[in-house]
Amino acid sequence: MDGAFLASTFRRLLAALPLTLEVWALSVTLGGLVALALTWARASGIKPLELFARGYVFVFRGAPLLVQLFVVYYGLASFPAVRASIFWPFLREAFYCAVLSLALCTAAYQSEIFRMALGAIPPGQIEAARACGMSRLTLFQRVIFPIALRQALPAYATELISMTKATALVSLVTLWDVLSVALKIRNDTLVTYTPLLVAGAIYFVVNYLIARAFVALEYWLSPHLRGRPAAAKVADVL
Amino acid sequence: MNPFDALGFGPRGWGAALLQGALMTLLVATVGLLIGAAIGALVAGSKLSHGRLPQAFGDAYTAIFRGVPELLVVYFVYFGSSALLTSLGHAVGYAGFLGAPAFLAGALAVGVISGAYQGELYRGAFLAIAKGELEAARACGMGPWLQFRRIVAPQVVRFALPGLNNLWQVALKDSSLISVTGVAEIMRVSQVAAGSTRPPFTFYIAGGALYLLLTVFSNRVFEFAEARARVSRRAGT
Repeated sequence: MDGAFLASTFRRLLAALPLTLEVWALSVTLGGLVALALTWARASGIKPLELFARGYVFVFRGAPLLVQLFVVYYGLASFPAVRASIFWPFLREAFYCAVLSLALCTAAYQSEIFRMALGAIPPGQIEAARACGMSRLTLFQRVIFPIALRQALPAYATELISMTKATALVSLVTLWDVLSVALKIRNDTLVTYTPLLVAGAIYFVVNYLIARAFVALEYWLSPHLRGRPAAAKVADVL
Repeated sequence: MNPFDALGFGPRGWGAALLQGALMTLLVATVGLLIGAAIGALVAGSKLSHGRLPQAFGDAYTAIFRGVPELLVVYFVYFGSSALLTSLGHAVGYAGFLGAPAFLAGALAVGVISGAYQGELYRGAFLAIAKGELEAARACGMGPWLQFRRIVAPQVVRFALPGLNNLWQVALKDSSLISVTGVAEIMRVSQVAAGSTRPPFTFYIAGGALYLLLTVFSNRVFEFAEARARVSRRAGT
């Protein structure tokens, strides 16, 4: 393995990282918004909405992301109605198809995380807040949101990391992300290990930074738990 | 072509091919999960041991394989094992290219990934065993192997079953990625069908539905197994 090849591989893969991160950031954000709507639907107490949210989570968590991506990218485009619709300028681009399907998938996982976090709030705390005369907004702001946020953090970090890994699938719909550039280098140079190892290292560093950031965030948000033996470590999420 | 003909079992239908694909998916995921169980036991053992080196190995294994994309692992194992076989071939005087069998490479890739998660699962399950039971076993004069067989293994299996159900679902879904190596599992069959018969939408939806069926079916199996594993608890708690 010579140094010049390693350096040029690293440079080319790093140049593809912005696309990977863009897909990641857009789909995580969009998916988060859909997840909030799903969580609300699930907790709304309205039967049809609740059923819809449950069905959504079942389908999008049960089927592999690759199938979902291909349904959106190859499947939707085969309908004349889709090609005639106002969404076509977006849906004909592999980039937006990738973002859409990743977002729809992570929404299912994120909504489950939000639901669990809400369920983990001790009912006594909500009763106490009501007994103190807190309004619904104050209750949410001072009691529900802070507790749910801390509860959700570790699982959320894991989900963000799976999303980084999931972005590698966009290499199968013609996008030039880190993995597809690595495969192209392998194909052109017939060097088997180096490009994939360097790509793996790049993904690993990104995920390590995400894990680090979450551990720091958890520490910052839990001043009352500091000094306990069970403080969060990077190894818990990665 | 209307969906009923496309997915049917007639001469132009893909029904039989898709069902065979479902069997292949089950097979790859099962072999993958078993390979993962062996790796997971090794990783959990390393993490629980008192040696610095084994601990570092266990930690590195889980961090690396939980930190890189599954698809990259699939490519790496597939291309890597082919390159390894080819260079072994060169060493014994065979000049051509030797491709790794796609099925084995795929199952190995699924297992390598699953092993990282199963390692964490078994470690957690071991730590959940009451310390007093191990002390009691030692006080009775049980050797390490007997202790493992009578005290550790049964309880690790019981504590790990719900988590194993999750990891089985993950293995099922990860097995879709090995379609890139050409193994004719659900995803690959859907792709081939979609490529030769229009419209593609029908086949990908059918493929997705098959995965959901496998999920529901295996959930039942695990629920049954979990109920069985709880049998010894019913009387006491």
